[in-house]
Amino acid sequence: MNAISDTGAAGFLARFAAMQGRLPGDSTLRLAAANAFRSLGLPGATRGRRVEAWKYTSLQALGGMSFRAGAATAPAAKGIVFVDGRFQSGTEKNFARFADRADFGELSWPDRDPMAALNTMLAEDGAIFQIPAGIDAGLVHLTHIGTDGASAHPRQTIRLGAGARMTLIETMSGSGCYLHNPVTEAHVADGALLTHIRIQADAPAAFHLATLYVAVAAGGTYDGFTLNTGARLTRTEIHASLNGPGAVAHLNGAQLLSGSQHADFTSVARHAAPKGTSRQTVKNVLAGQSRGVFQGRIEVARGAQGTDGYQMNRALLLSPDAEIDTKPELEIFADDVKCSHGATIGELDAEQIFYLRSRGIPDSEARAMLVRAFLAEALDPVTNDTARELLEDAVARWWEGQAA
Amino acid sequence: MTAMLDISGLTASIGDKPILKGIDLSVPAGEIHAIMGPNGSGKSTLGYVLAGREDYEVTGGTVTFEGQDMLAMAPEARAAAGLFLAFQAPIELPGVNNANFLRTALNAIRRAHGEDELDAVQFLKFARAEMKRLSMDGEMLKRNVNVGFSGGEKKRNEVLQMALLRPRFAVLDETDSGLDIDALRIVAEGVNALRGPNFSALVVTHHQRLLDHLVPHRVHVLAQGRIIRSGGPELAKELEKNGYSAVLAEAA
Repeated sequence: MNAISDTGAAGFLARFAAMQGRLPGDSTLRLAAANAFRSLGLPGATRGRRVEAWKYTSLQALGGMSFRAGAATAPAAKGIVFVDGRFQSGTEKNFARFADRADFGELSWPDRDPMAALNTMLAEDGAIFQIPAGIDAGLVHLTHIGTDGASAHPRQTIRLGAGARMTLIETMSGSGCYLHNPVTEAHVADGALLTHIRIQADAPAAFHLATLYVAVAAGGTYDGFTLNTGARLTRTEIHASLNGPGAVAHLNGAQLLSGSQHADFTSVARHAAPKGTSRQTVKNVLAGQSRGVFQGRIEVARGAQGTDGYQMNRALLLSPDAEIDTKPELEIFADDVKCSHGATIGELDAEQIFYLRSRGIPDSEARAMLVRAFLAEALDPVTNDTARELLEDAVARWWEGQAA
Repeated sequence: MTAMLDISGLTASIGDKPILKGIDLSVPAGEIHAIMGPNGSGKSTLGYVLAGREDYEVTGGTVTFEGQDMLAMAPEARAAAGLFLAFQAPIELPGVNNANFLRTALNAIRRAHGEDELDAVQFLKFARAEMKRLSMDGEMLKRNVNVGFSGGEKKRNEVLQMALLRPRFAVLDETDSGLDIDALRIVAEGVNALRGPNFSALVVTHHQRLLDHLVPHRVHVLAQGRIIRSGGPELAKELEKNGYSAVLAEAA
C-alpha cells in the first residue's frame, strides 16, 4: 500500500503524509510538529544549521535508512508490553493507551527538539499512567520490544496526583535494525514520588532516541535512573523542571558500551523554585572503539534560592580507542545556591590491579573485579530491590558479553 | 642448608633511577629475617620487586624461591607459589566487598594448588575463626576493601589476608608503622602463628619494638640499595640505641 522509498527525514515525512488522517489526537499539533521536523531535520544527517545540543552526536547513519510503521507481535513479557510502539498485552489499574486517549501533554518542545518533533508527528500509541492523589500504584513493568525494519514512536505520559507513588520499570530490547523514539512526559504533583527506572538493552543494530520531560511540584520527587547497554546509537535527553519549593530530581544513569557503540546522555535540570535538590551521577564504562557523551546543565532561575545541585560524570576507559566527551554546565541566576559539578575520566588503576594480583588473583579476574566495582557504585542510587536486581542482571549480561 | 628465598646480585630501577644496587640475601626455611635501614634505602622497593610490581624494572641479578626463578613469574603466580607482601600502604578498593575480595583471593590460590574452592558459607566460617583468633571485629568483612579504614585497620586487614592465604614466605613492609601496642601485638601474633619449619619471613621495619614480639634470626641493614651489615637480633638493639650513623660510617 504505502511503499516508502524515501530515506531519512524524507522517509518519516512521507510516512506522516500517508497515515496523517488515521493518527489519533490533535491533528493541528501533528502538522506543526511535521513542519518543525521538516525544518529541523535529523541532526547531522540533514543539511542546515548546526545545533549546539547535538554537537557530539550525529544521526547521519539514520539519514540513509527507511523504516516501516510497527506491525509485528512478540512473545508476551512481564507487565504491559508494547511491540514496535504499539500496545500488545498487559493490564494495569491506572493504565490507558495513547491510541484511545491521545495525550500530547504540555511539556515537550517539538518546535525545538527534533526527536520530540518526529515523535509528535508519528506517535500511534504509548502508555498513559494516571495515578490519583494519595494512591500508591506500587511497581509497574513496562516492556518495549523492537523488531527489524520498524520505527516506533511511543508517546507516554505519567501523571502522579498529590502524594501519589509509583515505581515504573521500563525495559527495552528487540532484534534487528529498528528505531525506538519514545517521548515520555512525567508530572509529579505535590509530595508525590515517581521512581523511574529505564533499562535500555536494544538490539546491537538498533537506534534508540529517547526524550523525557519531567515536571516536579512542591515537595515532589522524580527519582530517575537510566541504564544504556544496547543500540548502536543512543541518545537519552532529559529535561527536568523543579517547579515547586523543595522539589527533588535525580537524573542518574550508567552507560556500558563496546564495539563502535555511541551513547549520548544529555540533560537539563532546571531549578525554577526555591530549595530544590537535583542529583545526577552518570557513569560510563567504555570498551572497544565506543564513544560516550555527557552533556549536563543545571539551570538556577532568579528566585530559586536555596537550590542544591550536584552533577558528576565518571568514565572508565577500558580501551585506548574508546572516547568520552563530557560537558557539564552551570547557569545560575540566584545568589544563595549550592551547586557543584565535575567529571573524572580514567583507566583501571594499576596499583589496584597489582594489589589484587599480589593476592593470587589472575590479571583478567582482577580487572573484571574492578570494573564490576565501578558499576556496582553506579547502581548505588537505586534503592528499589526489584529494580536493583534487574539492573544488576543487565550489567552482568553486558559483562558476560564482553568476556565472551 | 638450602635457602627458601635466595636473592643474588639483585639490581632494580624506577624509571632511570637505580634503587637496588646489588642485593645478596639468603633466607633459610623456618627463619625470620629483619631488614632495617634509613628512609630511601630501598626497603620498600625490595618488597615490591619480590612481589612483582611492574613499574620497578629489574636490571640484574636473580631471585630464587624454592628452586624457581621468581623473577620470571607473574605476581599472581608468585602468590600462588606462597609469597605474600603485606603492603606498607594497603590499597583501597571502592565497590569491592572485603569478604568477596578475600574469598576470591583464597580460591584463586586454592585453584592454583588444585584444591577445591570454598563456597561463601565455608569461607565465612573459616574467616570468622581466623578473625576471632586475631581479635578482629567481624564487621570488617562487610566493608569495602580498606575504604574508610583507619591506618591500624588497614594493617590488621593485611594480617588477616596473610592468615587466610597462609603463605610460605611473607614480606612485611613496615606493617608496624603507625600502630599502637595492641595492634602491634596482632601483627606479631599473625606472623608467629604461621611460624614453623616451612615458613619464612622478611620483616621490614624502622623499630626495635616489633622485633621484641617477633624475634628475628638475622637482622640486615639496607642502605643506598645495598645490604651493608648483617648480624643477629642484637644488631637491632644496637641500631635502636646508636642509630644508623655508626653503621653507615663504618660501611663507607
